[in-house]
Amino acid sequence: MNISSPLHAKSGCSDTPILKERGQNEVFCGLTGIIWLHRKIQDAFFLVVGSRTCAHLLQSAAGVMIFAEPRFGTAILEEKDLAGMADAQEELNSQVEKLLDRRPEIKQLFLVGSCPSEVIKLDLSRAAERLTLKYAPTVRVLSYSGSGIETTFTQGEDACLASMVKTLERTEASELVLVGALPDIVEDQFLDILKQLGIENVSTFPSRTKSTAPRVGENVKFILCQPFLGDTCEALQDRGASHITAPFPFGEEGTTLWLKAIAKAYNVDSSVFEKVTEAPRNRAKKALEGVSNKLSGRSVFFFPDSQLEIPLARFLVRECGMKALEVGSPYINKKIVMPDLEMLPEGPVISEGQDVDSQLDRCRKVKPDLTICGMGLANPLEAEGLATKWSIELVFSPVHGYEQAGDLAALFYRPIKRRELLKV
Amino acid sequence: MKLSVWTYEGPPHVGAMRVVTAMKDTHYVLHAPQGDTYADLLFTMIERKDARPPVTYTTFKARDLGSDTAELFKQSCKAAYDRFLPKALVVGASCTAELIQDDPGGLAEALDLPVPTIPLELPSYQRKENYGASETFYQIIKMLAKPAYKTDKVSCNILGPTALGFRHRDDVTEIERILLESGIDVNLIAPMGASPDDIAKKMGRAHFNVMLYPEIAETTCRFLEKEFGQPYTKNVPIGMGATTDFLSEVSDLSGLGKMNSDKTRLRADWWSRSIDSTYFTGKRVFIFGDATHVKTSARIAKEEMGFEVVGIGCYNREFARSIRSLGEDLGVAALVTEDYLEVEAAIQNLQPELILGTQMERHIGKRLGIPCAVISAPFHVQDHPARYSPQAGWEGANVIFDTWVHPLVMGLEEHLLHMFREDFEFNDRAGPSHLASHNNQPIVGREDNTNDQPKDFKTQGLVWEKDAELELKKIPFFVRGKARRNTENFAKEKGVSSISRETLYEAKAHYAR
Ligand code: SF4
Ligand code: SF4
Repeated sequence: MNISSPLHAKSGCSDTPILKERGQNEVFCGLTGIIWLHRKIQDAFFLVVGSRTCAHLLQSAAGVMIFAEPRFGTAILEEKDLAGMADAQEELNSQVEKLLDRRPEIKQLFLVGSCPSEVIKLDLSRAAERLTLKYAPTVRVLSYSGSGIETTFTQGEDACLASMVKTLERTEASELVLVGALPDIVEDQFLDILKQLGIENVSTFPSRTKSTAPRVGENVKFILCQPFLGDTCEALQDRGASHITAPFPFGEEGTTLWLKAIAKAYNVDSSVFEKVTEAPRNRAKKALEGVSNKLSGRSVFFFPDSQLEIPLARFLVRECGMKALEVGSPYINKKIVMPDLEMLPEGPVISEGQDVDSQLDRCRKVKPDLTICGMGLANPLEAEGLATKWSIELVFSPVHGYEQAGDLAALFYRPIKRRELLKV
Repeated sequence: MKLSVWTYEGPPHVGAMRVVTAMKDTHYVLHAPQGDTYADLLFTMIERKDARPPVTYTTFKARDLGSDTAELFKQSCKAAYDRFLPKALVVGASCTAELIQDDPGGLAEALDLPVPTIPLELPSYQRKENYGASETFYQIIKMLAKPAYKTDKVSCNILGPTALGFRHRDDVTEIERILLESGIDVNLIAPMGASPDDIAKKMGRAHFNVMLYPEIAETTCRFLEKEFGQPYTKNVPIGMGATTDFLSEVSDLSGLGKMNSDKTRLRADWWSRSIDSTYFTGKRVFIFGDATHVKTSARIAKEEMGFEVVGIGCYNREFARSIRSLGEDLGVAALVTEDYLEVEAAIQNLQPELILGTQMERHIGKRLGIPCAVISAPFHVQDHPARYSPQAGWEGANVIFDTWVHPLVMGLEEHLLHMFREDFEFNDRAGPSHLASHNNQPIVGREDNTNDQPKDFKTQGLVWEKDAELELKKIPFFVRGKARRNTENFAKEKGVSSISRETLYEAKAHYAR
């Protein structure tokens, strides 16, 4: 079931034909999500079943290795595992046994599929079922795919959360679930506002530990905090929960509409809503003022990366006065980003998928004032004279909600400011 | 199956990328899924390369499997040729593509491109990055190099430097300079900076080869010795003694007799003999990295710094035997492992005073509170400096002296630290005074420290309410201090005496720019 957004009139970019691209994708695979998920879900371990490449990707994308023994690792397939299947399942058993012996604090174990494990058809869901039986009730074992042949970057989080939906307990009670891994500070701000709005029984998914997981049922409503959670959204709907659609909570406007959609679903009095949100709204506006006049009138070009592109473009255009030239997204789930698409004024090319070389040609041709792209492209484009912002930072830092609206705009302004500052 | 947390080496196709990226006019078409494009950022971020590596990935998806991945490879290969017009095309598979067995070599050949195509078969499930680099270099040379008349004047090739190699860029400059000073022309440097054309026409003209990095160049050097009659040097010129030995080897190979390399720029020898360095004597060091850098470092540590080597090891098994025998010579155990936890355990056990290692050992050192200097790949962005900083040759010896000494406590300061051991702010856990906040505490758990609380907390007449304090702790530790200061200044400005969560955010909005 869908609880519809406050916006009905079709407008903006909702009917803009989408440029569908096929070619080389310069995007991470879904394994990358482990880097933030393992910090968020504090009793979980992520065991990738893959190759040396997968291990190297995780290490390179993580960039910093502050955690001596992080709660993720890769079971690297070797020649002998590739020969016979029975073997690989047994090997996996013994790896898991060693791991759980060593890390008794682990309560949830995710077996994460990779391209190699999928190509050799190693059945991780069967392994997860078997291991769950073995380690219940202390440890729950789940599986999902973060492979590059199935998932792009943030879709890994979607696959992870979707795999957890079936484990959620049923409830008849009326509850609200915020869906998507957010930095703790943002999550707490949202919970606080919802509490002030008088909405009770609010939980977050994923929860920080297994024991605080949300429950699901016909009277449960949920709202997405991130646009890339399409499969999770469907899985929750399949279990009877209803989806509150809204633009995503970036910027003052986005956050207000997002909260308003919740308030509407819970019949919160509009005067209460105004009263509760007034102060933080004003703060957000004030914080934005300083930055948005610097961004205003400048053009922006998004390379596809996290699926946050459409909501962020909406924020940059409407709240910071930027001009979007192209908004590329690895995948566009219209059901989910429609409210943002409708609000994004007509003009930019909306592209889905990627053919990186031809997209680079387009980008060079229009010479944007700011290009949002991955780390593999950023320095080369800077060297060609374009200001860039690496998109991964948008996934790793607190950018949602009122109190972060100014920070979000500042992230985009920083590369421009730096260029203005430097005399080299 | 082997559980791995952090790895020293990437997969073999990353080694191939290091070779191709170092070369000119060469392009690599890699049959691989999209996630494998992460490898680009190793070059653009760690090495700050200003151009994308010359690599095209086919980025096949699940929907392509079984139907037309081979066709996709052909299309990508053709498109890459048309767009980049390389003088040679290298083709191969990553770990996933190896399993689907599309035969990139055969497919590329069928395209009948007007340039040589070099197929790579790198066993991803058995071998690693260094092997990939070595094999790629060898295949390129085998395919392209042609026998040629030797140059009139004595000349050599310098073989082994690649992209993402530890200080390769500067080592090459230093060694080239030393050779030129000694009257030997450098005919060709490869793979770094070489084009397919150079390799075809010039490789064979040198009288001998300098094997700068055995991990990458040994296979190729052997091949060239056999095919083109070019002998090669076996001493890797890192360290003063090793550089001297290298030069006498070069003297023999070139038949030129005495080498005239200009040693006036070498200072490390005197620096080491000068009395301030006395305190190095017998410092216990642990050395880990790739075999070549470990071997050269062990000699420097022992003979040129006067340290005591208490443990050595390497991560590349290909060189296990030579590292074990070095261990025997030094009378210490030699660790050959790719498991970072084993290295950590060894270090913890030996409690050295200095670690010479890779990026991994730097982290181990941070955790254990032991100073570390980086001597080998894998390294991180801060170990790829802007300034000239070779490891090889005379200048390399100077650089190494400075780098290894930097994390240590200096001569007299060490005595003072011992004298005032009990002093609360001047004790031996405070670390060297020239390094800002060298914190001996393990990094893990740092976020829970509240030592960023100012001492005059009370005197400011400000009270942090509990929820504001809690909120503050959620702010990442590296900006927390700033947030605290800003909020307090803001509160004082506003004449507020008690800081609430609201105040914190009011202040945040106030200072937002
Ligand atoms: S702490 Fe240093 S070595 Fe470690 S990831 Fe960061 S820059 Fe690299
Ligand atoms: S794309 Fe596939 S093979 Fe590559 S790192 Fe991701 S899961 Fe591993």
